[in-house]
Amino acid sequence: MKVSMTVNGVARENDVEPRTLLVQYVREHLGLTGTNIGCDTSSCGACTIHVNGESVKSCTMLAVQADGANVTTIEGLAKGDTMHPMQESFMQNHGLQCGYCTPGMVMAAISLLDENPNPTEEDVRIGLEGNLCRCTGYHNIVKSVLAAAKK
Amino acid sequence: MMPAPFDYKRASSAAEAIALVGQHGDDAKFLAGGHSLLPLMKLRLAQPAVLVDIARISDLSYIREEGDHIAIGALTRHHDVEHSALLKQHVPLLAHAASHVGDPQVRHRGTIGGSIAHSDSASDLPATTLALGATYVAQGPNGTREIAATDFYKGFLESALAPDEMLTEIRVPKMNGAGWSFQKFNRRAQDWAIVGVAAWRRGNEAGVGLVNMGSVPILATSVAAAIGDGASIADAAALAAAQAEPQSDNNASSEYREHLAKVLVRRALEQSTK
Repeated sequence: MKVSMTVNGVARENDVEPRTLLVQYVREHLGLTGTNIGCDTSSCGACTIHVNGESVKSCTMLAVQADGANVTTIEGLAKGDTMHPMQESFMQNHGLQCGYCTPGMVMAAISLLDENPNPTEEDVRIGLEGNLCRCTGYHNIVKSVLAAAKK
Repeated sequence: MMPAPFDYKRASSAAEAIALVGQHGDDAKFLAGGHSLLPLMKLRLAQPAVLVDIARISDLSYIREEGDHIAIGALTRHHDVEHSALLKQHVPLLAHAASHVGDPQVRHRGTIGGSIAHSDSASDLPATTLALGATYVAQGPNGTREIAATDFYKGFLESALAPDEMLTEIRVPKMNGAGWSFQKFNRRAQDWAIVGVAAWRRGNEAGVGLVNMGSVPILATSVAAAIGDGASIADAAALAAAQAEPQSDNNASSEYREHLAKVLVRRALEQSTK
């Protein structure tokens, strides 16, 4: 089945099986491997990307469900050599340890600030409940998001 | 993990969706947000031959005031239920319960109708709408019918909906200033409730729904009756498990669930009593 969507500003069109997951589509069909697959059961949030500006778990969405959508992955955040303020903030606040959860954390955090630009620390912790960090590096992740909110 | 292969159809109206599912009988499933169905399909616990995508039926996403109740389109997402000013004003218990479904990503995709049609007793919204005395509207090949929430839940993941019937609207009575509380006991953020309680109270009237206390969401009628008879909160809460038949699993034994239900119902009634 043909699907077309705008991914990181680029119009894409591919033939996919209906059962193709959105995360497989971006990783395997488009070669955008920045989005990670963690638990593959919509628990961990490693696969979080934006569909029409909102965070979703791309392991629990079919590519055909995103037909016609505007999709942003971690690769679509930086402008040339200039990182997105959230990426910059994660770097400055050491908001990562092994880095596996980071793309999903950054995407979820941007969506969080879009909906609540001035969150409290508790808002950030609750707002990131759908993203697990197996290194348990939550303190600096929360610090990164609070710092990004101030930018 | 890949779902088994299936044919994908997209419907642009409820009538078209119902006709499509009707053509394929038991082999077809409606797909809304997909956050209950797709995980089951990935685990191969569900293998529908045809998915009929109803998520783009835009006229089934709304929250409207209609006299003494609020009407919610079945395809309204949890995110929109959570943030609805109308629901916060008239049915704050439902808006609050929706904010406890899954996590923000899940709430961006999952729908209230999908959650109710899936009829999982461990989900938050079936028990919450049951406690609130909701009515569900279903559309089938021969028109629409209303189903009281109390008649809807038939068994584990089984509802009163026929295979070619689609849930289209949820009607929730206004709470008219009743006190309320939502208690969700779980071990980790975003988990399903080990036990959950949705409760409201207005004087001697009360409604109490229990999450994950049996194969279907439970209406704790003994608790409401005791409150009606003027019982104390402690005495009423002691009856929390009277209608329940909780299961044992890795998280809790049935005895522990019964204990939790009594504690959480007591807390919920205390919070609901103004």
